[in-house]
Amino acid sequence: MKKYDAIVIGAGHNGLCNAAYLAKAGLDVLVLERNPHIGGASVSRELYPGWTYTNCSYVCSLLRPEISRDLELARHGLQVVPYHGGVTFTQDGDHFGNYPDAERLYREMARHSRRDANAYERFEADVTKQTRLIRQFLLTTPPDPTSFKPRDLKGLLEMASAFTGMGEEGLLDTVRFWTMSIGDFLDEYFESDVIKAHLSGSGIIGTALGVYSPGTAYVLLHHYMGEVDGNVGAWGFARGGMGAVAEALASSFRAFGGEIVCDADVHRVIVERGRAAGVALADGTEHRAKLVVSNLDPKRTFLQCFDASDLPAPVVEQARNFKIRGSSGKLNIALDGLPTFKGLAPNSPLMLSDMHCTDSLERMERAYDDWKAGTWSKDPYVDTLIPTTVDPTMAPAGKHMMTVFVQYCPPALAEGPWTPQARDAFGQTVIDQIAEHSPNFKDLILDCEVRTPHELEDEVGLTEGNIFHGELTFDQLLFNRPFPGCAQYRGPLRGFYLCGSGTHPGGGVMAAPGANAAREILADLRRPDVTPPSYLND
Amino acid sequence: MTPHDNRMLLDTPFASRVQAACELREWEPWKGYASPIAYEDVELEYFAARNATGVFDLSPMTKYRIGGPDAEPYLNRLLTRDVRKIRPGRVGYTLWCNDAGMVLDDGTLFHLSQGDYRLCAQERCLDWLLTSALGLDVTIVDETAEVAALAVQGPTSCAALRAMGLEGLESLKPFGLRHYPFDGGELMVSRTGFTGDLGYEAWVAPAHAEALWDAMFAAGRNHLIRPMGNAALELARIEAGFIQAGVDFVPAEQVLRHGRARSPFELGLDWLVDFDKGHFTGRSALLREREQGSRFRFVRLDVEGNKPAPESFILNKRGKTVGHATSAAWCPSAKRNVALASLEMPWGRPEDELYAEIYYSRELRWTRIEARCRIIDGPIWDPPRRRQTPAPNF
Repeated sequence: MKKYDAIVIGAGHNGLCNAAYLAKAGLDVLVLERNPHIGGASVSRELYPGWTYTNCSYVCSLLRPEISRDLELARHGLQVVPYHGGVTFTQDGDHFGNYPDAERLYREMARHSRRDANAYERFEADVTKQTRLIRQFLLTTPPDPTSFKPRDLKGLLEMASAFTGMGEEGLLDTVRFWTMSIGDFLDEYFESDVIKAHLSGSGIIGTALGVYSPGTAYVLLHHYMGEVDGNVGAWGFARGGMGAVAEALASSFRAFGGEIVCDADVHRVIVERGRAAGVALADGTEHRAKLVVSNLDPKRTFLQCFDASDLPAPVVEQARNFKIRGSSGKLNIALDGLPTFKGLAPNSPLMLSDMHCTDSLERMERAYDDWKAGTWSKDPYVDTLIPTTVDPTMAPAGKHMMTVFVQYCPPALAEGPWTPQARDAFGQTVIDQIAEHSPNFKDLILDCEVRTPHELEDEVGLTEGNIFHGELTFDQLLFNRPFPGCAQYRGPLRGFYLCGSGTHPGGGVMAAPGANAAREILADLRRPDVTPPSYLND
Repeated sequence: MTPHDNRMLLDTPFASRVQAACELREWEPWKGYASPIAYEDVELEYFAARNATGVFDLSPMTKYRIGGPDAEPYLNRLLTRDVRKIRPGRVGYTLWCNDAGMVLDDGTLFHLSQGDYRLCAQERCLDWLLTSALGLDVTIVDETAEVAALAVQGPTSCAALRAMGLEGLESLKPFGLRHYPFDGGELMVSRTGFTGDLGYEAWVAPAHAEALWDAMFAAGRNHLIRPMGNAALELARIEAGFIQAGVDFVPAEQVLRHGRARSPFELGLDWLVDFDKGHFTGRSALLREREQGSRFRFVRLDVEGNKPAPESFILNKRGKTVGHATSAAWCPSAKRNVALASLEMPWGRPEDELYAEIYYSRELRWTRIEARCRIIDGPIWDPPRRRQTPAPNF
C-alpha cells in the first residue's frame, strides 16, 4: 500500500493551505475530503441554476496577504475585490451609513451625534493600536509560556517587547480590550444607539455571546485586523464567492504535486505504537502516511476521529470542554432583481455595503437572549450583502444573489433538534425582518437556502455549527488555542497535527493556521521552512 | 437630526464664487469640503499675499463657540496659555494638550465679547472639549458650518478692506478683532492669519458670504486682490514658520505608534505654555518634561542650495539620521530654502553640523545630495507692516 508523507483530513482552506506548503516542501501529500466538493466553509455552490451561492463564509479580509502572494493564489484564479462600508436601517425608517470616505462618514455620524462623529477618531485610533499588536502574531506559532526552549523564550520575548512597545497606556488598554464586552467598550466612546449597534456587530459575529458579554471586544478586533491590499480593516468579495479561495489553494497545492480525494469520509485516525500512521475511511478504505494533519475542529478531531483509548485522557477531557457553541445561521438567496431599501437611492454607495437591521445594543442583546433560551432570535442581527453588486459572475446579468449571515441561531432548539419546519420558520423570521426595510424584497426571491447550525455541522462538519472552529474568547486564544498542550499545532501523539481554525490565530478564512502548522511540521521533519515570513508591521 | 446629504464633498458658502474663479479646476478635500489647490497660478497667488492681497476661503476650519459662566476657567484649564490675558476683542494663538502633555492641536482663541469665545482649529475636538468640560458650566457648540470666513492677507489687505467700507480698520492691532455691520448682518474682522504678514480674517454668517466675496473683490480690484488656493498658502505659512497639525506633528489622539506624539516643547512652542497660571491639562507632565528634558527639538533650517528638502532625513556630520523634515519649501520672498524639522535630542544646537538628505530628479535622473543646514533663529519673513498700527495703507 502506498504510504504518503502526509495526509490532511479536510479540504477546507486551512487544510489546503497546509497541504500546499507541505507539498511545496517536497512532501507527498494526500488531502481527504468528506464532501463531493472541496472548500469546507470556504465554498461556492450552484444550488439554484444560474446562481452561485457563497454559502458559508461570504467576505474576505483576514486571508493573509503573505500566503496569498507566496502560493500565487492570483495566478491560481483568486481575485479579491474590495467592498466598502455598511448601513444599519433604523426602525423609524432612517439609517446610519458607515461610509468608507472618512469625511462622508464624519458627516453621517454627526447627523446622529456630532460628539460621536468626533469620538470615532479616538475609537479608530485605539482599535487600530490593538489590531497592530495582534497582526504581528498571526503568522507565528504562539510561544509556550511554560517552556524553556530557546524558540519559545524568543517568542515570549518578542511578545513582551510588542506589549511594552505599546507604552503604559496601550498596555493597560490591551488587557481591557481582551477581556471586556464590545457593548461596554462602545459605551465608553459613543452615545448614539444606532452607531453603537452598527459597530458592535463585529464583536459578536460567529460568537455565542451577547454584546454585553465579556470577551466580545476582542472578537471585534478579530474582524478589524484583516486587510485588502494593505488597507487594514477592509473587506472584499472573492470573485466567484469564497469557494474561489479554496479553489485557488487547491490549484496551488496540485501544482506542487498534491492529490485531493473527495467523498472520502475519514472515520478514524489509525494509531500504531503511539503515533499516527494513517486514516481509515467510513467505507473501510485505509490510507497510510508518516503523519496526519487534521483540518477539522479540535472537538470533531479528538472526539470523532479517534478511539478515545488512543488518546491521553486529559486531551479527551480538554476536547470535551472546548467551547465551540454554534450561534449563526445563513440564508443564501437568489433574487430576480436588485431590491430597493427604504431611504437608499439605487445608486447609493451603501448598496455595495454590509446591511443590518438592528439599531440598538439593547436589541442586539435581546437577540442573544433568545439564543440562550434555545431558540433563534425573533429579532435577529443580520449581516447582509449583495455580492452581485460587485461580482458579475454569481448570477445572470441583472439578477442578484444575497448572502444573509444571521445571529443568533442555536445548534439545537429548546424543544429538541432542528426540524425542516423549524428551519423554514427561522428563514421566514429573517426574510420578514429584511422585508421591513426593503418593500420589494420578498417579491424578488426566486430561491432561498436556509442553513442553521444543524446544516453547518451536518454538511460542513463544523461542530455545533461554530464558524470559527471554537470561540475566540481569551481563554481559547494564543497558547491556549485550542487548549494548552496542543497550541503549537502538534497533537498529543507523534505524527499528528492540527491545522484548522481551532488553532492560533483562529477562524475567518485567514489560512494562517494552515501555514503555521506547516512550519511546525517541517521543523519536526528538519526540513527548510517554506512558509512566508510576516510582512513588516511598522 | 440634519437631513441626508449624499454629496461626497460639501461646498463652502463661497462655492459659487470660488468655482467661478478656479480656472485650474484643481481641488482637494479639506475636512469634507471641496477646496481649491490653486485658482490660476500658484506663484501669482503666493505673491498676491506678499505683494498685494491674497484671499483664501478658510470656511472649512473647525470652529467651536464656547460660552457659559465657566467659560474662562474652562478654557484656562483646557489651553496651555493664560486665557485671562486674552481680553474681549482679542485673539490668542494657543495649544491644547492631553494629560500626558502631548499636543492635541494648535489654534486661535477669539474672545468675541466678555465670556464668549470661539476656538478655531484645524482638527476636530468636540469630544475632547466636552469631556474636558465635566463639572463646569459651559456651552460648547460646533459652529463650523455656521461661520463662513475669508483670510485677506498681504500688504494691501488693509487698504482693500477699507475700500470696502470698513472704516478705521487701520487702527486694529495685531490679534485684535472688530465687528462691522454688513449686508444687513454683521461682519467680524480679526487681524490674524497664516501668512506671517499684514492680514485679516473676515467672518460672516453663510447667508452673507457671497455678498462679502463680491464686495471684497470689487473694493480690492485697485489693490490687486486675487484669490489664493491651498498651495500658495502652504508656501506662505512655511516661510512664516508656522506649523500645521497633521503635517508637522500628529495630533496626539490620532497617534497609533507609541512615542510619535509631540509636546509643546518638542514643537518649539515653549512660549505658549504658562506654568504660572495654575492647573491646566498636561501641566504635570510638562513640568516633568521641563525638568527631565524633551525627546525632540523642533527647528527651522536654512538649507544650503536651492533644492527644497521635503520629507528629507536630517543627518549629523557622521551621516547618522537625527531627524527628518516635516515641511519644506524654497521661500520666494525671504529667499531662503526653508525646512521645518523634528530632530532627536540633543541635535539642533547652534553648533551642530547638520545636513538634509535631498533627492531630486532632472529628466528622470535622480540625484542625491547632502545639503548643509543651519538653524534659523528668529523669523525669516517678518515685515514691519505685520505689526504696525495703524496698518500701512498701500
